[in-house]
Amino acid sequence: MSLITEPRSTAMPARDGPTTSPARRLRLHVWIAIPVFTALALPLLATLLYAVSTRWGATLLPDGLTLEWLARLWSTPRFIAAFGRSLFVVAGALMLSLVLILPVAFLAHTRYPRLDRWMNVLILAPFAVPPVVSSVGLLQLYAGGPLPLVGTPWILMLTYVSIALPFMYRSLINSLRSFEANELMEAAQLLGASPLTAFFNVILPNMRLGIRIAIFLSFSFLIGEFVFANMLVGTRFETLQIYLFNVRRESGHFTSALVITLFVFILILTWLGNGRGEITAPEAGDT
Amino acid sequence: MTARRFISPAILCVVPFFVVFAAFQLAPLVFVAINAFRVGDGWGLAHFQEIIASAFYRQAMWRTLEIAIVSSLVGIVIAVLTCYSLTRLGGRWRRLLIAFTNMTSNFAGVPLAFAFIILLGANGALTLALQRIGLFEDFSLYSRSGLMIIYTWFQVPLGVLLLLPAFGALRAEWRESASLLGAGRHDYWRYIGLPVLWPSIAGTLTILLANAVGTYATVFALVGNNYNLMTIRIANLVAGDLFLQPELASALSLLLVGLLATITLVQQRLLRRSHHVTDH
Repeated sequence: MSLITEPRSTAMPARDGPTTSPARRLRLHVWIAIPVFTALALPLLATLLYAVSTRWGATLLPDGLTLEWLARLWSTPRFIAAFGRSLFVVAGALMLSLVLILPVAFLAHTRYPRLDRWMNVLILAPFAVPPVVSSVGLLQLYAGGPLPLVGTPWILMLTYVSIALPFMYRSLINSLRSFEANELMEAAQLLGASPLTAFFNVILPNMRLGIRIAIFLSFSFLIGEFVFANMLVGTRFETLQIYLFNVRRESGHFTSALVITLFVFILILTWLGNGRGEITAPEAGDT
Repeated sequence: MTARRFISPAILCVVPFFVVFAAFQLAPLVFVAINAFRVGDGWGLAHFQEIIASAFYRQAMWRTLEIAIVSSLVGIVIAVLTCYSLTRLGGRWRRLLIAFTNMTSNFAGVPLAFAFIILLGANGALTLALQRIGLFEDFSLYSRSGLMIIYTWFQVPLGVLLLLPAFGALRAEWRESASLLGAGRHDYWRYIGLPVLWPSIAGTLTILLANAVGTYATVFALVGNNYNLMTIRIANLVAGDLFLQPELASALSLLLVGLLATITLVQQRLLRRSHHVTDH
């Protein structure tokens, strides 16, 4: 559900309808595209310009350009620390997700079709229950008692497993489907491999690309997560998003540099994750 | 039996995932559902009655619905037009713009709110430019209309990415056949294009509505607790500065989940009816 592959370009009507006179009617789609994509680009462009401008007061365009804000950002210990914490939480969550979800996806695909049907319902849960609602329960379940996790990075890692689930599970299943894991499994076992050996020596190497996509997609999604981070942990373990929130009223240029850095980082990850023309739609993201 | 030998370790491999999922996704929801009916030491509907009786909470619900419906409808119209436009653009431009849409769909929450402050805040670049030519005189990003703009902004890329595959399924031959039979562009969309797309449009609209109803980070980063929405009220009741009321928050949360469930049910009902129409 969360992964959409671009339809083959041959399936799209590539050329204009036969009766159109190219000079006048062809342009309708261009007249739609220009304002829409300009509007989509404007906030990003403004932030980028703000991040590299010396001063941008009550004028239409900034006075001059500089890299000072970016330099200052990267020499701010608090930023580096927050970045480190974010990487720690997200990497931990991804490792945990992979270890927990990979066996489920593998067994659902190769052994238990019923499990797959169940999983397809379960992956809707993070979309059906907004993070704010989950937080209400989590705050009360894990604030004290036998598992006092609120305020620690551990609760974020564990909670992120379920919000990364749709991305992870769909990418892994797509990967298993792409090389017909079922038949490979049978072949390996016919040749005398135990299920475990077959899994580690035959299936896992074939899933390398799928796992990479799953990780990069979830990474860019999780590093932008704010609601859980703010409600469950907040300033007790200041991640990048919390840091950004806390400094948002300070120098606009500095914060812009932070936003742009974060965005470029996510961009590189997304690009690494799907360098082969796939469209990925984070469904009902962390807005 | 080999089968039995394989089953037991296999089941063990799946257990850890379900334990974590149950503890951190299902348990909180169950806890919320139970807690919503907890009144003092007993049980009852007092929290729901309090919510219904309070003009403040009624306003939160109304504003949540209002912003969700408006931004989703505007968003889906723009998304449909954009998808149409994308399918007609040449290959390179199309790939570029799809990648760009993908990029913007990742731009959400606090960074998005910040970017909009830079652009449309009181001293924002676009605000100043528009004021200079006499537009947007009394516009405020931190008001209802400002939030509508920002919601619509993040709904469009999501809508485009979800709808694009459906547009890919529209065959060029259908358009050609229709045109051979004398149908104009308008007739083609009226009788072929839109009916084929309708289930995807309805499904996407549901996701946009759910997305808008559940939105919290963007609004919170923009106006703090100053705009009255359900998510803002819920968060404020469990993590605010004063008077924490987790039971009331639970009741409000349950209403929110109920709202999402209703939206999904209505969509499925509409979809079923539209299948009947296309069948005949």
